[in-house]
Amino acid sequence: MYEAVIGLEVHVQLSTDSKIFSGSSTHFGAEPNTQASLIDLGMPGVLPVPNAKAFEMAVKFGLAIDAEIGQESIFDRKNYFYPDLPKGYQISQFEKPIVGPGRVTISLDDGTTKTINVTRAHLEEDAGKSVHDAFDGMTGVDLNRAGTPLLEIVSEPELRSAKEAVAYLKVIHSIIRYLDISDGNMAEGSMRCDCNVSIRPKGSDTLGTRTEIKNVNSFRFVEKAINTEINRQIEILEDGGRVIQETRLYDPDKDETRSMRSKEEANDYRYFPDPDLLPVVLDDSFISACRDALPELPEARKARYINDYGITDYDAGVLVADRDVADYFADVANTSGEGKLAANWVMGSVLAELNQTGGAITDFAVTAKQLSDLIARIKDNTLNSKTAKTVFEALLASEGEVDAIIESKGLVQVTDTGAIEAIVDEVIAENPDQVANYRAAPEDKQGKMLGFFVGQVMKKSQGKANPQAVNQILSAKLSG
Amino acid sequence: MSLTSDDVKRVAKLARLGLTEAETTETLTQLNSILGLVDQMQQIDTNGVAPLAHPLELKQTLRADAVTETNQRDKFQAIAPQADQGLYLVPRVVE
Repeated sequence: MYEAVIGLEVHVQLSTDSKIFSGSSTHFGAEPNTQASLIDLGMPGVLPVPNAKAFEMAVKFGLAIDAEIGQESIFDRKNYFYPDLPKGYQISQFEKPIVGPGRVTISLDDGTTKTINVTRAHLEEDAGKSVHDAFDGMTGVDLNRAGTPLLEIVSEPELRSAKEAVAYLKVIHSIIRYLDISDGNMAEGSMRCDCNVSIRPKGSDTLGTRTEIKNVNSFRFVEKAINTEINRQIEILEDGGRVIQETRLYDPDKDETRSMRSKEEANDYRYFPDPDLLPVVLDDSFISACRDALPELPEARKARYINDYGITDYDAGVLVADRDVADYFADVANTSGEGKLAANWVMGSVLAELNQTGGAITDFAVTAKQLSDLIARIKDNTLNSKTAKTVFEALLASEGEVDAIIESKGLVQVTDTGAIEAIVDEVIAENPDQVANYRAAPEDKQGKMLGFFVGQVMKKSQGKANPQAVNQILSAKLSG
Repeated sequence: MSLTSDDVKRVAKLARLGLTEAETTETLTQLNSILGLVDQMQQIDTNGVAPLAHPLELKQTLRADAVTETNQRDKFQAIAPQADQGLYLVPRVVE
């Protein structure tokens, strides 16, 4: 039996307006090279000047994961040669990063939690983009992205499965979204993940040779890429082979990883302190200002939701994972005054719909106000669960407001006992055999048999009869 | 510590410098003489002295997060060896 040892390096693009060392815009989607200044181009004689906001964001992240903050941090040059890196080195932090050891808590499937230690997080600049296929024999280079601030978050190799890795990545994503330091969009590359994977016999405490899977760009692919890589390594060892330390790429179409380049030479980055930049020393007031500006974080919000809305630990965990979803839920729960119902609707209907369409809750067709109106109509018995679903679907299709939809679709629940009694009488008259069976049956079987009659009555009322009233009247009439 | 000519060739390759044999030999001599100086400095007892990241004992100034640069692509690309459709063109690199 083997055990996987996984560590993640997560690169997060910080959502500053300008770049980390120059006053160029970081705005996404501009024409190529229109946001690349002399500094971004690596022209001789220019000097980088660090962006205070990038430090503020990094410090906030550090505080959020209970990390040591590097009051003195130093920039180093990481040397490698690639056309989208015009200086021939990336300005990064090596020995003294802005964020030191910290920790996050992940929730596992069995309901337990596990603490994952974060080794460090450091500030660095992003590289540009290369276009390999548009020009004959040439590579095109767009340097708009060069110099965009990145926070690289490095975990200890304490993750033991692909599932744990994804859970960790989701916690990091949740934190950066709550802090609003990045849009965290993996598909657009604002959050990228490198996975270091090795395996060893279960119970062993030595590490196997690891491979690094570069730039995986979705939660799902992180899980698949790691599982694929674990299986590949197991096969190699089972066949008596040796895993080679190298960088690999994950191909989602073929669901396989393949070798990118041997790391031996590529890894020789010859780091040294960047003489263009002095040590950055943050005073206590800078750090305490960051601390004061921290929003309520996911863990704290989860505890508050459990307490304020009387929802379960599991439900609260699902609802707070995304800050916008958490806000939406709180809005519905507060307006309707029904925490439990709000949780059921947001998780059961709203999130299900978003998962299916891939949309964002901030653009969701059903507003928090509309959903709380709907819940109010369930509460006052105008709607039952069936008709409420119909109204929700109409809201999704933007057919109007809750009361107007109930009116136009004639969905008002029938609670008038006389009207229900009339339908019950009809059903009893139309089904003499079933009635006889019911009456002949022992009492403990009758409950189950009642379902047939309830179904008939609901059908005749076009789903509008109040189910509690139907049950009551039916059992009374059948037994009498 | 001293380098071999293989070390020089490897570093030159990493920096994409094409050195002739003569240049390699000359560079080796120069680098080894610098390293000799470093060896001499290593003799100094630095126990209890904090490492210095920069010879100037000053703190870095940070700037406010504001966009101050304007688009000067045409000027920059006028001095580039080759550019097309707004992109700088370089000999193809294959991953």
